[in-house]
Amino acid sequence: MNMHAKIETPSVSVRGLAQSYGALQVLKSLDLDIADGEFIVLLGPSGCGKSTLLNCIAGLLEPTHGQVFIKGKNVTWEEPKDRGIGMVFQSYALYPQMTVEKNLSFGLRVSGMATDEVNKRVARASEILQIQPLMDRKPSQLSGGQRQRVAIGRALVRDVDVFLFDEPLSNLDAKLRAELRVEIKRLHQKLGNTMIYVTHDQIEALTLADRVAVMRGGTIQQLDAPQTIYNKPKNLYVAGFIGSPSMNFLKGAIEGTGKKAVFKLGDISVPLKDYKADVELKPSAAVLGVRPEHIRIDGSAEEGASLPLNAVVDIVEPMGADTLIWLNVEGQTMSARVESNEVFTPGQKVKVRFRINLASVFDEATTDRL
Amino acid sequence: MSATATMFQGPSGPKPKKLITLPRAAVYSVLLLCSMFFLFPLYIMIITSLKDLDAIRDGNLFSPSNNPTFAPWVKAWSEACTGLYCEGIKPGFINSLKITVPSVIVSISVACVTGYSLANWPFKYSEAFFTILLLASFIPYVVMIYPIVIITRWLGIFSTLPAVVLVHTIFGLPLLTLLFRNYFASLPQELFKAARVDGAGYWRILFQVFLPMAVPIMTVAVILQVTGIWNDFLFGVIYAGPTNYPMTVQLNNIVNTGQGVKEYNVDMAATILTGIVPLAIYFFSGKYFVRGIAAGAVKG
Repeated sequence: MNMHAKIETPSVSVRGLAQSYGALQVLKSLDLDIADGEFIVLLGPSGCGKSTLLNCIAGLLEPTHGQVFIKGKNVTWEEPKDRGIGMVFQSYALYPQMTVEKNLSFGLRVSGMATDEVNKRVARASEILQIQPLMDRKPSQLSGGQRQRVAIGRALVRDVDVFLFDEPLSNLDAKLRAELRVEIKRLHQKLGNTMIYVTHDQIEALTLADRVAVMRGGTIQQLDAPQTIYNKPKNLYVAGFIGSPSMNFLKGAIEGTGKKAVFKLGDISVPLKDYKADVELKPSAAVLGVRPEHIRIDGSAEEGASLPLNAVVDIVEPMGADTLIWLNVEGQTMSARVESNEVFTPGQKVKVRFRINLASVFDEATTDRL
Repeated sequence: MSATATMFQGPSGPKPKKLITLPRAAVYSVLLLCSMFFLFPLYIMIITSLKDLDAIRDGNLFSPSNNPTFAPWVKAWSEACTGLYCEGIKPGFINSLKITVPSVIVSISVACVTGYSLANWPFKYSEAFFTILLLASFIPYVVMIYPIVIITRWLGIFSTLPAVVLVHTIFGLPLLTLLFRNYFASLPQELFKAARVDGAGYWRILFQVFLPMAVPIMTVAVILQVTGIWNDFLFGVIYAGPTNYPMTVQLNNIVNTGQGVKEYNVDMAATILTGIVPLAIYFFSGKYFVRGIAAGAVKG
């Protein structure tokens, strides 16, 4: 369990955090240690508790149980302003009647900071985010991207250790989202602050994070580096949630043990000798998970690839950079991603190979990766 | 030219619209009838108030006077008799101001803070508190008149301005609190969170973040309260005391005087003078009123 790997002097630490509204448990006794300067993304569908967790860390929600530590200090009962956090919201949440400059300096003026220092910090933040020309405008006169930049600036001027982002890019169009994503990553590289970022967009999670926490039903399903999450999903849920188009799942059974084990798919046996198992394989009902890009159609045998299986092309979806081929294999549907110059027609009979060394096998009963 | 002409044969561009369709005509005739219903009495009041008594006795109720006079207006304002005194309704106008201005300010201030608390700082049983507040507003006023007489007497303010201001504040609270609570609840919650992260507290969030955004609902509240309190008769006559009778009570005293000749022209002028404040407010702020009501109604 990587989740409980010991981090010396964590920047943010959550212990046994639970949150419930009446009978509804939004967070279930959650533990999370975040290293100094780490970029953590909380990823999950709506209602998984990721925003609740962020609000508890920010101090905007009182947890039902548990503790929150920031910089080693127990801040569970502290006000948001005393926690050393800055927060960026999905709807920007700029004060509509104040100019950009006043929006940035509001928190500092509230704390009674000297005007010189306020001006210095606002100038620094506006320079980093390149919003100097906008300082005298009202939020209504800004575009969505500019507004979110100002909102980030408002967190920046606070000169805090921890930045919290609550789906900051969800209200932007696709192009702006990609631009600001890069900018947030650059900001993190430049400042080196701890950042906790909530999103339901897996691309944002994979591109930005040092570690991704995939959440579901108030628990963290897996907390790992993006590559590990993608290549070695801990269970069926994570495997299905991460990746677009999503992973193919083939129902079957394991026969034999250890390196001699095979995956039985109907009458066909797929040997698992190249599979990198987490545990010793034993006979049981199982699910074979293969990502579309790890399927070769009519290709030559390469390292880690399985024996060819018979398949029929069902639907062809050209997607520009590559083409998605929907196949019928042993009565089960799967998709394969091939280069766009390879041409297939529906109804065509083909041979497919799986790259077993990159695949995942899950226990059907527990849904855990084997 | 001929080429384009053949190209565009048949229907092309915007479809020509009929000037008047049947549903339109129906809508307009209903609207016209409704406005006649309300405007016609006003018309009669205005022309009657501009006639002298001889012209009124001629009996031509609907036709304006040949030689209009403003004398009835002057008399209504400063000379008409209310029982013993003959000072017109000017003192009533001043009393109404003295009652309305503090009542509006106090009731809106209290309701604004209450609504803000209910919307943004929920406490244990805050929803129950709000429900009780709303349900209480359905209890008929009449039931509460005598208890409040006793309470104000006990407080030592019966028959004074503070009593009537207090009563207007209390009775304005349910509706105004509902308005403010719903308006503040309709503002993005993230704005409130952002202000808290910025370190703003209860009062600072209200004054520096929420109130500048509350202009539409403020306008609605002011209109509701000014017109409501100005038009009030019952609370004024019971709690204000004879020296503080509002304009509506004075008007009643003028119109219902039993002695002498019935001066319809003076009565009409006094009535219009009394109604002119709410009338003017509706006239100039109707647009904001509708806008604010709609803004408050979006989210419950």
